[in-house]
Amino acid sequence: MKKLSLIPVLLVGALLIYAAEDFPEWGSPSAPASASPLSSHFISNTGVDTEVPNMVTAVLADYRGFDTMFETVVVFIAGMAVLAILKNSSGPNSKKKIFHIETEPDIIVTNTVRLLIPVIQIFAFYVLAHGHVSPGGGFQGGVVMGASFIMIALSWDLDTALARFPVERCTVVAGLGIILYGGIGLLSMFLGGEFLDYAELANIFPVSREMARYHAMLGVEIGVGLTVTAIMFSLYANLSTEGRLKGGL
Amino acid sequence: MGLELFNTLILLLLVVAALIALRVKDLLTASVVFAVYSFLMCLLWAEMGAVDVAFTEATVGAGISTVVMIATIFNLKRKSSD
Repeated sequence: MKKLSLIPVLLVGALLIYAAEDFPEWGSPSAPASASPLSSHFISNTGVDTEVPNMVTAVLADYRGFDTMFETVVVFIAGMAVLAILKNSSGPNSKKKIFHIETEPDIIVTNTVRLLIPVIQIFAFYVLAHGHVSPGGGFQGGVVMGASFIMIALSWDLDTALARFPVERCTVVAGLGIILYGGIGLLSMFLGGEFLDYAELANIFPVSREMARYHAMLGVEIGVGLTVTAIMFSLYANLSTEGRLKGGL
Repeated sequence: MGLELFNTLILLLLVVAALIALRVKDLLTASVVFAVYSFLMCLLWAEMGAVDVAFTEATVGAGISTVVMIATIFNLKRKSSD
């Protein structure tokens, strides 16, 4: 059977290599991605429209804000699905053994982590807030923030981490992030623009239309960051304990 | 020339990491090798100038997904059956 399955694999691989011959040269100006009018539009207009130096963030959070909003919703739904499936998978009379860790948390590990966590969390905020100027943004900042809570769970135990960030609060925070994103979109709709048309926010805030887009992007990124942080941590907490939220790694 | 050598080396290591992740029986080893794969991918993206994508790959691919996979393996048998 293994020999037989090698035939289609090799066939498809050969086809892929054959197709790769037609790829444009890397960085070639005549490649479809560079030659399309869309990319030259973004390159020449992003700075004028939004005053955001990092074009990637501007495209992600403003020009294609609708897309990013539903990406966040997908992350939220994935987290909720894991919660829903694992919640009832192991009842109280489950035969699975629960791992009890009797030993105290290691003093060297915990003290190193005590020093590291503030740095990681400040870096997460920096990545989130500086996403306009340098690489980064809501997704990356949120993941780094979520990782700092996972680090607490790994070096002490899950109960210590859950005391700081209970799973119920994770759900609320994740929902809040999406409400913040959608709220900014709806607010700009009520002010006369279209959904997620941040420039209209200049009507109620004392900033120019360009800077309104600049700052609304930060608000939207904070929403994404909240959702991703909460979902990453609740994913870890649920997966490592099969939904029991006790013991675990 | 230097960059081309760098690319070739990383692409070769990518293939090696992918093959090891598939072949190895221990799931824990496989997930750690998978993190190595993600990190090599991140290097490749950073070298091509897609720094945002590289950042996401480093945090999500090499960081969180490895932790989540290891957390899941903790509740499974460690050896793969095939």
